[in-house]
Amino acid sequence: MTPTIPPHQLQLNPKGQLRHFLTTEGLSTELLTEILDTAESFVSVGKQAVKKVPLLRGKTVVNLFFEASTRTRTTFELAAKRLSADVLNINISTSATSKGESLMDMLWNLEAMDSDMFVVRHEASGAPHFIAEHVCPTVAVINAGDGRHAHPTQAMLDMYTIRRHKGDFRNLNVAIVGDVLHSRVARSQVHALRGLNVGEVRVIGPKTLIPSDFDTLGARIYYDMAKGLKDVDVVIMLRLQKERMQSALLPSESEFYRLYGLTTEKLAFAKPDAIVMHPGPINRGVEIESAVADCKQSVILQQVNYGIAVRMAVLSMAMSGQTEMQAAIEGGEA
Amino acid sequence: MDFSRPQFNQRIVIRNGRVIDPKQVLDQKADVYIADGVIASIGEAPVGFKADFEFDANGMLVIPGAVDLCARVREPGQSQKGNIHTETHAAAAAGITHLCCPPDTNPVLDTRAVAALIQERAYQSGYAHVMPIGAMTKGLEGQQLSEMHALREAGCIGVSQLRHPIKDSQVLLRCLEYASTFGLIVFFQSEDQSISPLGGMHAGPTSTRLGLPGIPECAETIALSRDLLLVEQTGVQAHFGQISCARSVDLIANAQARGLNVTADVAVHQLYLTDNMIDGFNSAFHVRPPARTETDRQALIDGVKSGVISILCSDHQPHEAAAKAEPFPNTEAGISAFSHFLPLSYELVDSGVLTESEWVQRIAMNPAHLIGLDAGHLGIGSNANLCVFDPNREWTLKQENVYSQGKNTPFLGRRMPGRVELTLRDGSISFRLSQA
Repeated sequence: MTPTIPPHQLQLNPKGQLRHFLTTEGLSTELLTEILDTAESFVSVGKQAVKKVPLLRGKTVVNLFFEASTRTRTTFELAAKRLSADVLNINISTSATSKGESLMDMLWNLEAMDSDMFVVRHEASGAPHFIAEHVCPTVAVINAGDGRHAHPTQAMLDMYTIRRHKGDFRNLNVAIVGDVLHSRVARSQVHALRGLNVGEVRVIGPKTLIPSDFDTLGARIYYDMAKGLKDVDVVIMLRLQKERMQSALLPSESEFYRLYGLTTEKLAFAKPDAIVMHPGPINRGVEIESAVADCKQSVILQQVNYGIAVRMAVLSMAMSGQTEMQAAIEGGEA
Repeated sequence: MDFSRPQFNQRIVIRNGRVIDPKQVLDQKADVYIADGVIASIGEAPVGFKADFEFDANGMLVIPGAVDLCARVREPGQSQKGNIHTETHAAAAAGITHLCCPPDTNPVLDTRAVAALIQERAYQSGYAHVMPIGAMTKGLEGQQLSEMHALREAGCIGVSQLRHPIKDSQVLLRCLEYASTFGLIVFFQSEDQSISPLGGMHAGPTSTRLGLPGIPECAETIALSRDLLLVEQTGVQAHFGQISCARSVDLIANAQARGLNVTADVAVHQLYLTDNMIDGFNSAFHVRPPARTETDRQALIDGVKSGVISILCSDHQPHEAAAKAEPFPNTEAGISAFSHFLPLSYELVDSGVLTESEWVQRIAMNPAHLIGLDAGHLGIGSNANLCVFDPNREWTLKQENVYSQGKNTPFLGRRMPGRVELTLRDGSISFRLSQA
């Protein structure tokens, strides 16, 4: 049969270093920790007078966003610029794909301009994997969110935030609450948390928003906030998109908020020092009470700030892993 | 590839093959003599027979040509994927002498004109008989009955709505009543698409992990249950094509046990693929109905063995490369299936699921019988539609030995246990491996 390369194998070079970053699934504890340690070393860059390091000098990073995003795209752009890369933002709605050019042709054109890295967001699950395997294998491909599949840099910045506040992962209970079904972030968080040997991962939501067989990913499923939040150290709220009300997944925003919205009362089920996280953008009064979003336990804005350092770490690691692999291939051919 | 038109009216002898014809309860080593397009004799040479062409089939099986109940030839309207010439040639290379083409052509096969065009093109090419299945509703839109009687007069062997929804059960009821008025077979491909509007693969652990919207088993079983109840009410002759779930096999078995006039087939690839093979987002595995679980796969094999599923089809769907060169959810569903149709169905004989005779029943005799075709057997005096298959010739499926215009198969690189050596359509050589 046609060989199929699972994403977690495709993204590593023969030495086991990142050369793409497609998913947190299947990454070793050591590699996940290396990403966090590298991010740690970049946090101070943002505090310097000159916010630059020369790691990607002379490299061209292309931000390819097929889906709207403000936060992720800007933090990727800042991360690449702080690494001294040249950054190109491609606005897909006005680009050639709307003129009928295929995705492959468009990417080959960009590759022909000697791009070194693609940061890809796409509404189709597996799009970055497709690009890395079939279209531009010599370019480093970073997944900035694909369909419902993965959002690995978001998951890693969440891991960084947890480590910053809680230290060791092994004794932690982490609960992920809300629309798990449509969430690429939740899937990547579960894989990363399992890879970092966290104590327990829980997901909480109504059955309509928990995908089938989600327990096979290594998470315990709860349908009740009081039980699910008991003794947790970290509460991660997921965004609830308003469209979900129309597709018979939920009866109303108010019923969802009453049952699964994170209020001060519900937060009290968790440990007193539990931290509250959210990948953003938040819907106040839909999945999270305003007072909780702004309370002391909330680390939502710090997540955004750490996002730049974590993305710098991933960009620099993947670029070096890919460069090394391509050099080895060329050396082998010579 | 040899695209020359088959030569007609040759006198052919196929020597020393093992001749298998379940209809005549025949399984013996014998010579087969063909003259004037018909099987003149099996065993003794007819008086004064002088062969224009001899084929030594020593160690090979001589069987009736396969009758495929579901194969897209992509004409009219989708020439980037294939056409009647290329796809009937590929069918001949797969040992197929008769194939039924579903009505989702462009324009839809809901008029005499389209039915006539398809048969005429097939006749001109001469590689295989193509029998159209008409659309059950106009434009396959699920609202207005098609002119089913006219379609039958124009050569359609039945009608189908395929996977296009009929949302209004009354419309479906009327369709079945009307079809049964004229004794037309209705070909169902049961699926309730409202359950899985975005789905591209089986709903299970793999779809959850990959974040690909899933098609649950109930998308098929709900529709199948409704269809069976309406079949029972109307008494229409119904055939359920390409079932995919264990539970569907049970539903069909129950209906048959209650005496309903229903039959079922499964696509050969469904007996080999499971959902976890999609791990790397490989669009070659994107097919509808989707590859399901190991339990389903095993139940389908059991159904084929027991005869609840009495027919194996190819569900051939060739695509141009671009249709599969996109991220998985944006690719088109379907497998170019002719190449593996005979070898992988024969593998069921190798693995002890079927006897040779049962295999021939499921690929040739039963489908021919279902659609009232004088084919699927090797009766003396009948048109010589047959195939010589070498069960000892192993080969590996590669792009270059896929005869179809569509190279979209998940079986590239797979070892195949046996190969079609020669195919005759109405006594003419429509495929010969050594000349291909």
